[in-house]
Amino acid sequence: MTESQPAAEQPQQDGGAAPAAAAAAPSRRAVLGWGGAGLALGAAAAGGAAAAFGGGSDMVSASAAGAAVPFHGAHQAGIASAVQDRLHFAAFDVKTKDRAALVGLLKEWTAAARLMTAGLPVGDVYEGLPEAPPTDTGEALGLKASRLTLTVGFGPGLFAKDRFGLEGRRPEALVDLELFPGDNLDPARSGGDLCVQACADDPQVAVHAIRQLARIGFGRVAVRWSQLGFGKTSSTTPDEQTPRNMMGFKDGTRNISGTDKAALDKHVWVGAGDGSDWLTGGSYLVARRIRMNIETWDRTPLQEQEDIFGRDKGEGAPVGKSKEHDEPFLKAMKPQAHVRLAHPDTNNGATILRRGYSFTDGTDGLGRLDAGLFFLAYQRDVRTGFVPIQRNLAKSDVLNEYIQHVGSAVFAVPPGVRDKDDWWGRALFA
Amino acid sequence: MRPARLTVAAATAVVALTVATGCSQKSDAGDDAIRVAASDSACDVSKTEFPAGKVQIDVENKGSKVTEVYVLFPDARIVTERENIGPGTKASITAEIKAGDYEIVCKPGMKGDGIAQKVKATGAKGAAEEKRSPEADAAVAAYRAYVVAQAEETLPKAQAFADAVRAGDVEAAKKAYAPSRIGWERTEPVAESFGDIDPKVDVREDGLEAGQDPAKDWTGWHRLEKSLWADNKIDDNDKKLADTLIADLTDWQKKVGQAEITPTSIANGAKELLDEVATGKVTGEEERYSHTDLVDFKANVEGAQKAYDLLKPIAEKNDPELSKQLDAQFAALNTLLDKYRADKTSYEFTSYDKVGEAERKELSDGVNALAEPLSKLAAAVAK
Repeated sequence: MTESQPAAEQPQQDGGAAPAAAAAAPSRRAVLGWGGAGLALGAAAAGGAAAAFGGGSDMVSASAAGAAVPFHGAHQAGIASAVQDRLHFAAFDVKTKDRAALVGLLKEWTAAARLMTAGLPVGDVYEGLPEAPPTDTGEALGLKASRLTLTVGFGPGLFAKDRFGLEGRRPEALVDLELFPGDNLDPARSGGDLCVQACADDPQVAVHAIRQLARIGFGRVAVRWSQLGFGKTSSTTPDEQTPRNMMGFKDGTRNISGTDKAALDKHVWVGAGDGSDWLTGGSYLVARRIRMNIETWDRTPLQEQEDIFGRDKGEGAPVGKSKEHDEPFLKAMKPQAHVRLAHPDTNNGATILRRGYSFTDGTDGLGRLDAGLFFLAYQRDVRTGFVPIQRNLAKSDVLNEYIQHVGSAVFAVPPGVRDKDDWWGRALFA
Repeated sequence: MRPARLTVAAATAVVALTVATGCSQKSDAGDDAIRVAASDSACDVSKTEFPAGKVQIDVENKGSKVTEVYVLFPDARIVTERENIGPGTKASITAEIKAGDYEIVCKPGMKGDGIAQKVKATGAKGAAEEKRSPEADAAVAAYRAYVVAQAEETLPKAQAFADAVRAGDVEAAKKAYAPSRIGWERTEPVAESFGDIDPKVDVREDGLEAGQDPAKDWTGWHRLEKSLWADNKIDDNDKKLADTLIADLTDWQKKVGQAEITPTSIANGAKELLDEVATGKVTGEEERYSHTDLVDFKANVEGAQKAYDLLKPIAEKNDPELSKQLDAQFAALNTLLDKYRADKTSYEFTSYDKVGEAERKELSDGVNALAEPLSKLAAAVAK
């Protein structure tokens, strides 16, 4: 569910749980003195933002920053939704062996996500017993919803034999990713039974959300790894200015637009006939932590940088063209240029929706910036989406000299939570 | 141990207040407040006599150094405290204080003995005592007996450790070291409530305050741990330190029976024991030379479990779901710990430097799985 989809596909958008929850718990806005009206305003602003996206101004995300993205819908928010500025992504190991406990967790997570995405705390912040810790940790109190989206995915481990009785329900397209040439994967930054992607315009809102879910989960799940991201590297709103990655190049020029229903249906959403009915309306997520050799890149001549990508650094225009959005002429690029190798025409039409983020986790022991791209790609089928593209890139992309894949995970992302009685994964556990 | 933690006595002060009134109180003491003007050389108190009950102390730091203010019992146990009051700033401290004699102490620069001022809380003795159920009284009495017994059992084991040090027998001392700490670790939050003992017996080198000299001011178990494992020798100073350790632990054993204990302080004490595991043991910081962290770990869990078992009749009634969860998570963590010892009665655990990253993560996950529900025990007991 995103604010940029047709209204017809947004059941419960303005009704349902969020206003009801506002009555039950103090809103972050209520604390600011806006009261319940603030929530209605937030919902209206989300609609307004959708209308405003055509404007082509990068002011749009700023004006929409306070808005709440509807939580309920046919698809989970956080996939086709306009990409927010910040990310906290977490992968969890499931510790419980009890299927009912896992189901209970998903229900509790859903309820908490419903509140948080509406800008509400999960329970008491300072109204509870003084001798007990508050239920909500409180650092998002007074902050707006900040377009928070929470998106859940199920890793291959969840479908393992003799675990939760789900072995027969593992989608064929949820493949264990092969080890691609050049991969240097750290198991401590890879895999996971569950993932939660929290995107928001305010990093504190995203971090708060993951922190609450981790806390709710203690005993049933444990955080395996997590990643903070600070600068979106591709947008789903092509009319906005294309953001730049840590190498200084515009990234995501030809990404799938969040409003392009035909492209989303073709390349992103799992269709009714794709197998695994429980996943219809869902998607597949590939997450890769891609470390960049920042220092050597920064010593690379401009011409070489541009040759590596196949686009110029200033405008982002493909080789031989003058404007960013001009149709690229692949044969004009060097044979091993990144854009040429990643292009759908080079990969039998393989197309993925990217919503990755830049990351910087300080510096490593050698004083090198520990930075790069936390790559997130959604697709209808991993086997025809990420895999062929990455095979092609891993084999010959000249960019490989400057990057290394150090973390990897794949998840089946269930469809959206339809209404206040629904929960993440209900169809899978039915 | 961390010097800046909330002590059981301080927790008690807050808890007694809450249970007595049945709801949380906002600060409204107003003109009844005791004003403390702290400077680099003075600790002026606006009144030295005040009625027992809820007391608000408004501190203003007029000096040039960061200060801290304590309210102490005559035997130096902490009633309540506030640290890090910056120059030119104000702070407000609220506590439930029973009738009796106390000291208000300012510590400019947050070191040394500070500047003390004798004060008196007047009124009926014990007027602020919380009303409790017979089950709660039974839990408090049994827990008090437990902490006393732990101190009594610890003394001979500490004596054996000290004897080995005094005899210069490195191997025997190493063997006696971890067992001598078990009783302390089981009841650590209560032991720490005697604010002057904990820094003497259980401080680590990095826990020393600014201006303290490790060569002169560092005493207790961990100083000897360093001599035994890092230096692998015992010198004359270590032998003196063994005497000091016994003197300090004897002091603890004498005082422990008078500790302030309430049902909620038992519950929060159990949670604090898990906090100790989560911040010090699971990281291997506590026993960085001897690597006997898992012995402390087990002792902390045992102490927490004892506290929980005593409160369980109350918790089960008020929050059956929570008590089910706690039963399961205690069992799971104990099963996990058993993997690191030969049998279920042995306190010889695997040396923590032999415990790999993945195993430490598993232990940490187990601690989180127990500590999170355990943090809800106080609320279940206070219901």
